[in-house]
Amino acid sequence: MKSILILLGLLTVQLASAATGVHEKVLDNGLKVLVKPDHRAPIVTSQVWYKVGSSYEQGGSTGISHVLEHMMFKGTEKLAPGEFSRIIAENGGDENAFTGRDYTAYYQNLAKDRLEVAFELEAERMRNLSLPEAEFHKELAVVKEERRLRTEDDPESLTFEEFNAAAYEASPYRIPVIGWPGDLRQMKADDLRRWYRTWYAPNNATLVVVGDVDPEAVFALAEKHFGPLEPESIPQPKRRSEPVQRGEKQILVKAPANEPYLILGYKATALGQGEKEWEPYALEMLASVLDGGSSARFSRDLVRGSRVAASAGADYSAFTRLPGMFLIDGNPAKGRSVEELEQALRAQVERVRKEPVDASELERIRTQLIAAKVYELDSVYYQAMQLGSLETVGLGWPLADQYVKHLSRVTPEQIQAVARKYLTTDNLTVARLDPQPMDGRLPLPGAAGGHTSVR
Amino acid sequence: MCADRVRFFSAVWALIALAFVQAAWAGPKIESWETTKGARVLFVAVPDLPILDVQVVLDAGSARDGERSGLASLTAAMLTQGAGDWDADAVAERIESVGAQLSVDAGRDSATLSLRTLTQQPAMDETLETAAKVLSAPRLGEADFERVRQNRLVALRQDEQDPGTVAAKAIYREIFGKHPYAADPAGTQETVAAMRREDLAEFHRRYYVASNAVVAIVGALSREQTREVAERLTAGLPTGERPPALPPVPDLSSQLLEPLAFPSSQTHIFAGQPGMRRRDPDYFPLYVGNHILGGSGLVSLLNEEVREKRGLSYSVYSYFLPMSERGPFLMGLQTKNDQADEAREVMMETLRCFRDEGPTEKELAAAIKNITGGFPLRIASNSQIVRYLAVIGFYGLPLDYLDRFNERVSAVTAEQIRDAFRRRVDPDRLATVIVGPTQERVADERKETTDESD
Repeated sequence: MKSILILLGLLTVQLASAATGVHEKVLDNGLKVLVKPDHRAPIVTSQVWYKVGSSYEQGGSTGISHVLEHMMFKGTEKLAPGEFSRIIAENGGDENAFTGRDYTAYYQNLAKDRLEVAFELEAERMRNLSLPEAEFHKELAVVKEERRLRTEDDPESLTFEEFNAAAYEASPYRIPVIGWPGDLRQMKADDLRRWYRTWYAPNNATLVVVGDVDPEAVFALAEKHFGPLEPESIPQPKRRSEPVQRGEKQILVKAPANEPYLILGYKATALGQGEKEWEPYALEMLASVLDGGSSARFSRDLVRGSRVAASAGADYSAFTRLPGMFLIDGNPAKGRSVEELEQALRAQVERVRKEPVDASELERIRTQLIAAKVYELDSVYYQAMQLGSLETVGLGWPLADQYVKHLSRVTPEQIQAVARKYLTTDNLTVARLDPQPMDGRLPLPGAAGGHTSVR
Repeated sequence: MCADRVRFFSAVWALIALAFVQAAWAGPKIESWETTKGARVLFVAVPDLPILDVQVVLDAGSARDGERSGLASLTAAMLTQGAGDWDADAVAERIESVGAQLSVDAGRDSATLSLRTLTQQPAMDETLETAAKVLSAPRLGEADFERVRQNRLVALRQDEQDPGTVAAKAIYREIFGKHPYAADPAGTQETVAAMRREDLAEFHRRYYVASNAVVAIVGALSREQTREVAERLTAGLPTGERPPALPPVPDLSSQLLEPLAFPSSQTHIFAGQPGMRRRDPDYFPLYVGNHILGGSGLVSLLNEEVREKRGLSYSVYSYFLPMSERGPFLMGLQTKNDQADEAREVMMETLRCFRDEGPTEKELAAAIKNITGGFPLRIASNSQIVRYLAVIGFYGLPLDYLDRFNERVSAVTAEQIRDAFRRRVDPDRLATVIVGPTQERVADERKETTDESD
């Protein structure tokens, strides 16, 4: 697991003015347009982010946001199935889409003079998707294959899915993005039509453009193509607050595998959840203290030092719509047991609860973050990702220019305080992958772990 | 029966696409020279970000392993685990405390040291000093080696629990037989367990030499600064000698089929044969042809037939991996077990039809527009440019390779593709690997789930 610090990066103090330069305009129909000029290369990335993902879904229809994302390539009133992709390809573009817990996003990377092609096509499928029945059945089969590939046949990924479902009681973060197999089986094209109608509208979307463009020209182009679209009345999703956890939970996941795997997750908070603002930032810094590179504690102490781990990671994101977990995972080294690894990881947690981290560790992390921020400027796609995701989880894109400052202010005492507050055993869920024989035969149905039936 | 490949295409967008002005994208300006020690340098100045990217590429990949499979890759892995006066902790600390990134890994043809640092001081000096030491004076300490070896054994066992990885390793064995490309760079349980620290030291002595290295540099430096950077990185390396060329890859003499039992819900299918060299006379017809067949993601023929029309697989593709000697031509997909035969037939039929009929003019025009129109996307960032420099330098491609890339792609004709595929791709001499549950098990499974049709 890579820390979200690396995923989202942080703004450097000295580069803050260079990195700013985002132009925002909200169209009358509510579409928010963000443009960040970057003239290094004659290219542009165009991304449409919708505020919908698996954390908006209900039991019985999990996976629907992701299936809908697939169907967005399957035809509109004016476009035949697959035609969207053929047009982008003919114009020299790369394109794809991705679905997460808090967002569904579509992107095209193009030569700068092709931007209008992307706008015209994205505007068309924002309101006029056709969702033909026959295409739906084929694409649902493709999604089931994707689930087999990514989850069913990957024992660690299967363990992670079970872990989430066991850790969260009420929070929709318990839902796997790709959906439960039973829910995929009963999904209907009509379900998708309703889901599409509910969430796909200009006032529930953000259009992000980064590249060799002029903001005013992009705004005019956006007005031309997206301006005529009707807004929708977007429901406010009901909060499904996670109740306080009352004691450690443990689960075992049995699947064909050779190597054991372990996940520890502590329920945590996120920005905008009413806690003190420094807390999520302190948790971010804590994740980097443990796993911010090969000089961080897990590599130094557990992989190289005691050699109890073949690999060990820590992961946390402050930048989510709902509170998530502080995650730790690892594989034991050869000849070491999963119990020994667990003890060692818990001891690492005890240490950050007991002792303040060293100032030099924080100094190194700050330097890494500042450098990573500069490296990010090498990719227009990445810059757009950051603006789109911050906006879509509800934190707002201006945070992209501010959060390095917040992280840099985190003190050793604050890190210790969040470790003491959140990294408690009563707040912990532990999942262990229990490897089953790899003898070429399928396990009996139902033996592959609690919630997942193999088909 | 070959499918009718005349497909719907809106007239309006056809017009717009045709209006695409074929801009002559010049590639970045590449400068090249040799260091005092004899390493070849390729440099592109990109002044607008304070970043330095370097790749040092050596002919020190697993094709040089001999009997000790995994040797090149373990050597590469050990370079950052202590060098000169620094132990593994110190190397990591030196790099990360200045916000830099450093890694070394090995594939079949080459080993590559990659670094990225800010050009500000002391970050750049400290990173270069560390990288130079890592290249020329790795400690290869006994205890560190034991740890890296044990963790490699764990990684190999993890590879064996992933059906896609099992299939990918098997197809190389089938395609390449006794050629050094057959072995996976990571090695096997047996060879890794038997490896000795002295083997690594000897490998490093022989192959980590300046005349065997290409240094690709991109960043906000002047030519003079870059000269110094290249000198510093290679100063500790002896000039040495380039190793002899690898043996040519022989054709497969017959159809090969390897079924491997695996407890998975999907069957992974790979089919392939020896493909092309990096400097192959058929490079462009095969590259453009494969783009149409299975190289263009959502719009390729394989994707159309296997995924879009039939919903059989999430991912289906084909590619030529050009290497020093002929790398593989590969097709791959994964599908639920009881569809494996059907999916394989569709994949093979698509290949046969494409080989027999070649592309339509329309498919060729679309592919050329996609590749040439997307050219600026592929050289937009420093990290992309440095990878191109490494390839151009390592494989001895002409320095105007990028400048002339679009022109060469545009010149490819349907007849050239048909001709190249007929000569170079033989569907009757393919190696095929099928990884999934045994037939009996699939039949049982089908019975058990009749009430839950998927």
